[in-house]
Amino acid sequence: MNTTSKTFRSNIITLGLVLAFYAVMEAMLKGGMLSSLMKGLLVPLCYYMILAVSLNLVVGISGELSLGHAGFMCVGAFVSAVFARTLGANLPGMVELIVAVIIGAVFAAIFGFLIGIPVLRLRGDYLAIVTLAFGEIIKNVINAVYLGVDSNGLHVSLKDVKSLGLEDGGEVIIKGAQGIGSLPRNSTFTFGIILLLITLFIVINLINSRHGRAIMSIRDNRIAAESVGLSVSKYKLTAFVISAALAGVAGVLYSHNLANLQATSKNFGYNQSIMILVFVVLGGIGNIRGSMIAAVVLTILPEKLRFLSDYRMLIYAIVLIVMMIINSAPKVVEWRKVMAEKYFKKDKKNADGGEV
Amino acid sequence: MSSFLSYLISGISLGSVYAIIALGYTMVYGIAKMLNFAHGDIIMVGAYIAFIVFTNMGLPPVVAILASVAGCTILGVLIERIAYKPLRGASSLSVLITAIGVSYFLQNSALLLFGADSKTFTSLVNIPSVTIMNGEVIISGVTIVSIAASIIVIVLLTLFINKTKAGQAMLAVSEDTGAATLMGIDVNKTIALTFAIGSALAGVAGVLLCSTYPVLSSQTGAMPGIKAFTAAVFGGIGSIPGAMIGGMVMGVVENLSKAYISSQLSDAIVFALLIIILLVKPTGLMGKKIQEKV
Repeated sequence: MNTTSKTFRSNIITLGLVLAFYAVMEAMLKGGMLSSLMKGLLVPLCYYMILAVSLNLVVGISGELSLGHAGFMCVGAFVSAVFARTLGANLPGMVELIVAVIIGAVFAAIFGFLIGIPVLRLRGDYLAIVTLAFGEIIKNVINAVYLGVDSNGLHVSLKDVKSLGLEDGGEVIIKGAQGIGSLPRNSTFTFGIILLLITLFIVINLINSRHGRAIMSIRDNRIAAESVGLSVSKYKLTAFVISAALAGVAGVLYSHNLANLQATSKNFGYNQSIMILVFVVLGGIGNIRGSMIAAVVLTILPEKLRFLSDYRMLIYAIVLIVMMIINSAPKVVEWRKVMAEKYFKKDKKNADGGEV
Repeated sequence: MSSFLSYLISGISLGSVYAIIALGYTMVYGIAKMLNFAHGDIIMVGAYIAFIVFTNMGLPPVVAILASVAGCTILGVLIERIAYKPLRGASSLSVLITAIGVSYFLQNSALLLFGADSKTFTSLVNIPSVTIMNGEVIISGVTIVSIAASIIVIVLLTLFINKTKAGQAMLAVSEDTGAATLMGIDVNKTIALTFAIGSALAGVAGVLLCSTYPVLSSQTGAMPGIKAFTAAVFGGIGSIPGAMIGGMVMGVVENLSKAYISSQLSDAIVFALLIIILLVKPTGLMGKKIQEKV
């Protein structure tokens, strides 16, 4: 019984931290204490936190590695941006945003499902390589697509604007590598925080549900879980699809925070996926609160430490390697246990790290 | 017809390079049971070493190739020693994340050292091209060297594994690490040797790859690395002839789809192939079905 109340308390702390963060930021915003740079970071902070939490669902809870998280974000961003320019153009701002979030999540989930089916049936490191490939493909395809709309409906081409064959009144929406222009830019910090809270609600509830326990038992011992009758691929797929859908939501927030959306290697490429992975690894694999804090720190810190910007990616790489050796190398873990017993006799938990 | 033939031949040439890279993946996966994500980036480092020795220092091509192979071998062993060895026995997720860290480290070190602008790699191969079919199809020197190199590599590797003690030790470790230890095989040394051979092959592949496509940047190795992994999966991971066949198929499919479907979508087609293979035959063409023991 003690454990239930403990997880409950921990979840309240997590949600409380988000609300406190919101209150502080909002107060500073009202009081005019935020620089324009920080103001510009408020919505990005929200989508980075959503991305970190949702990737942690796959990496930490399900124990699989996805390297295409930015790809799902890209799907959400582009689908919602097309919606904003077409059907959603005449809707009032808030309604448009809510419908866009739903559409973005659904499409990202569909892609997650299609990729997850073949891969999650296998064991080994295939998910990492396939998701990595998917992330690159989706970026390449979007950079090659031209999409236009006129009274006959949508026109798609892989060549150029001319080959769309639009009527006179027709409008080009996706211009290949130039992306989508004149977007509404109607996402706000408050809306971002609401989406983050919904994300947390979904993820925390999943972890503490029957499904979540099944997923974690598969992570810890697949054979034992299978032998008590759990369907491994079904549970892994559930976690993966939910994670993809939430990444799509982050993508919607991303696209509605910009006037002009393009798929570059900087925003939806491999580097972005690695950055989200760094949030998760630094915050503690499986630790939801930690990955949010890591996302905030690693988003604000580089802006404050501009002189380090050239070395940023190199530092991320070293963070990944060092964190893994400290947390997982059998000898280091052993040594930490010995040290912990020597100095904090009661506090044995330190030795196990922050895993759920 | 003649254009199809020349696409096919350049596809086989590219496939030979993929095969050499895929051998590195397959050997390391077979013995250390890990996906060495940094393998593709070792190719890039090898190409940079060859570029510096040949273009900047003006030394002969043979010296450049040897320097590249030696540099990659040392790098591969160092990476194994520093990053992977401490994690032996840890969960595969931790090892995989470390490998990604190493890959990212190599890419960004190269970016800082050599700058963001890509270099034009001067081909190290100066063998005259051959024309066949009354001059309709031209086979370049690089193509001949690539295909020859992949055949030589595969013959030598097969001989090494089947005829030498160290090679037999590798086989034993890949079958059963525990039993190999009991037979007096030094597992750590064998794994280090595997990394050394795989990385040396990456050095060769780096030179061949950049002699074919003369653009050298910190990202050069990433995509060929992933495609070669795809090739290794296609052929059956852990199988040496499988890596060869997988590499060839991958190269031909990529080149033909570039020529006849769309150059922008050729990568997408190659990866779609990977997903289809994983769906239909997850163990690959030559892969063995592994019985799981509890």
